[in-house]
Amino acid sequence: MHNDASSPVTRLLAESLSGQLSRRDILKRAGALGLSAPLVGVMLSAQAHVAAAQDASPVAGEPGSTIVVPEGLPTDLGGTTLNIILGQDGPVVPWEEAAVAKFSEATGISVNRTSGPESATERLAQYQQLLAAQASDVDAMMIDVIWPGILAAHAVDLSDAIGWQGAEYFERIVQNNTVGETLVGIPWYTDAGLLYFRTDLLEANGFEAPPETWTELEEMAQAIQDAERGQNPDFYGFVWQGAAYEGLTCDALEWQVSSGGGNIIETDLTVSVNNPQAIAAFERARGWVGTISPEGVTTYKEEDARGVWQAGNAAFMRNWPYAYSLGQAADSSIVDKFDVTLVPAGDGEGAQHADTLGGWQMMASAYSQNQPGAIAFCQYLTSRELQRSLAIEQSRLPTIVDLYDDQDVLEVNPFFAKLKDVFLGGAVARPSTQTSDLYNEVSTAYFTAVNEILTGQASDAAARVAQLAEQLEGIVSEL
Amino acid sequence: MSVNVDVAPLPELADRSKTWRAPETSLGRSRERLAWLLVLPSLLVVAIVALYPLIETFRLSFTNTRLASTREPRSVGFDNYQTLLQEDAFRSALSHTVIFTISSVLLETLLGLAIALVIHSNFRGRGGVRTSMLVPWAIPTVVSASMWQWMYHDVFGVVNDILVNQLHVLNQKVAWLANPATALPAIIAVDVWKTTPFMALLLLAGLQLIPGDVYEASTVDGASKIQQFFQITLPLLKPALLVALIFRTLDAFRVFDVIYVMKQFASETMTVAVYARQQLIDLALLGRGSAAAVIIFLCIFSFVILYTRLIRVEEI
Repeated sequence: MHNDASSPVTRLLAESLSGQLSRRDILKRAGALGLSAPLVGVMLSAQAHVAAAQDASPVAGEPGSTIVVPEGLPTDLGGTTLNIILGQDGPVVPWEEAAVAKFSEATGISVNRTSGPESATERLAQYQQLLAAQASDVDAMMIDVIWPGILAAHAVDLSDAIGWQGAEYFERIVQNNTVGETLVGIPWYTDAGLLYFRTDLLEANGFEAPPETWTELEEMAQAIQDAERGQNPDFYGFVWQGAAYEGLTCDALEWQVSSGGGNIIETDLTVSVNNPQAIAAFERARGWVGTISPEGVTTYKEEDARGVWQAGNAAFMRNWPYAYSLGQAADSSIVDKFDVTLVPAGDGEGAQHADTLGGWQMMASAYSQNQPGAIAFCQYLTSRELQRSLAIEQSRLPTIVDLYDDQDVLEVNPFFAKLKDVFLGGAVARPSTQTSDLYNEVSTAYFTAVNEILTGQASDAAARVAQLAEQLEGIVSEL
Repeated sequence: MSVNVDVAPLPELADRSKTWRAPETSLGRSRERLAWLLVLPSLLVVAIVALYPLIETFRLSFTNTRLASTREPRSVGFDNYQTLLQEDAFRSALSHTVIFTISSVLLETLLGLAIALVIHSNFRGRGGVRTSMLVPWAIPTVVSASMWQWMYHDVFGVVNDILVNQLHVLNQKVAWLANPATALPAIIAVDVWKTTPFMALLLLAGLQLIPGDVYEASTVDGASKIQQFFQITLPLLKPALLVALIFRTLDAFRVFDVIYVMKQFASETMTVAVYARQQLIDLALLGRGSAAAVIIFLCIFSFVILYTRLIRVEEI
């Protein structure tokens, strides 16, 4: 779900340790990867352990048992067929299959669900190939929050379809998904960058509240790291995503926006990245590498950071909400020892909290031969009832505002309560809508430059940012 | 690469290889027709799966086509090539590729030759050693790259543990893959670890072709072991060595998997193949990506011509 694939082995290990897979799934996938017997043994025993624990929880039951079919679905399309590309192979598939089955039952439309590739870049490449060929083989698909600009030309306008239930979706996400007059995708579930912190270590070191600003975070991280190093030489203050990939764009955007350094490329296509606040923000982050963060952080992705964090080797982590439920899983060494808050703000002029927006939308293909069916399926999957079920069973963040006040959702995911305001206000969209199909070029230029500053390859940050601004001007001039 | 003295074929030999005369008898002609008929299916397959994509890549490299874009593609002449050759990212990718190719092939050849000489000699347990030697080569690159990525890990990695905690060679742990100075050498080491067995195997096959009586004769003449190696082994091993070098150079120049798994698109280790993939797939720039692919093709093509000439000289 995140911006790049970690290795299949790590992923399988993580999923089986968190109890998201059945025994059979583990054996099947471990066999395919050729894993050794002891490793598979560890996975299976963890799975049995977690499965037993989950049986006692209120979410237990068949996948999709909390799905209530919304009223108002079309019934005049019986006998038609839809081909839909949804999530990657993994824990979400049984839920999606249950959702698809209930849709077919209610409408008489038969639906073939296909899993998309695990890596987001591979998935985008597949969509682009299908859509470039104007293939009618796919009627609807889930798309990443940064793709509406790239795929707008191939999408059915859903701006009339979104209001069918009268639900209030987060305005920011709807705006992000709107290119010109076209609503490219209906928001399905969302994501935002979060700061994870260790409640026990903060308390032990005399800090009463999580950091509000980056300066506070640096002080706390340094103090806790100094204190912990005595017993644990591998302990670090702060882990995050610094590898040269889309995830670094998300992290670095938070640093610069929170310091009042603009949004890289503004909505009117002004390239704004070359400013003192942004440069200072990158230099600050370079200062973390090798001090409060491991030197290797410039190769870390989400799962690398989570590995350090979940082993109890870090005081703070920047990551997406998915790490919350994994951190509370039975195998985690930090169960009930952490909490989440907003990513810190800068401290200069224009400083604010900034959490990068992620998440997925449902898009209907313009080349579909069954557009009414495709639109109905997008409406169904993004409806209040289905989002509620997805939140309860899979901890995915809803895109409908009032689901954050739903008691059943909050009981399973207490941290959702804090996130409502993030999506209402603070969440920062990457400059993908305004740069449309050139967004990937923009992001690649950006994360390459920031990664070079972090590793010290570009020793003069200001000069590198000036060069980046020039590159971005070149890309924008093609729009 | 020290054999450049005899690259150019001797004039009369070059002439001989060029003289082809049409068959004069009717039997000759019908045999020729049959021969063409028999190779036609494979020629067709080659044309469809190799020639067509190649021509298409050349064609795209002169346009500004984007994948799944509504922008009308147009011809841009040599713009893509010009952009590439002026771009720092591509130039450094090219230099990383050259560094990677030269150092990995050189190390693999030297180590492979040493190993081949050792396992060519007669000792107890030779079969077991030969088999176990092939283990690194048998592991899929993606798996071994992930494995080494963990071994190089700055916090949990076994490499740091051995160097810092066990042997005390280093004072503090090094982030082998994150540090721009050590990243490329670390990746080259992985490639050498993986591919040396392959090199050793090819060279071992070459060694086994050298008849034993040559050595006996030279021993009788009073040649030392070192003289034997330089006067007999090396010259007679040259054909096998050249074949092994061709394989490895072509492979190393196109290196993608080990780098993509360990460092993705990080600029300090990006090679031309990784660069081409980034342009083609991630940025959907079919035009510029194809131009990068064409440059890789031309480099490899010139290697092939150089090497095949070397081999032809050897054969004659």
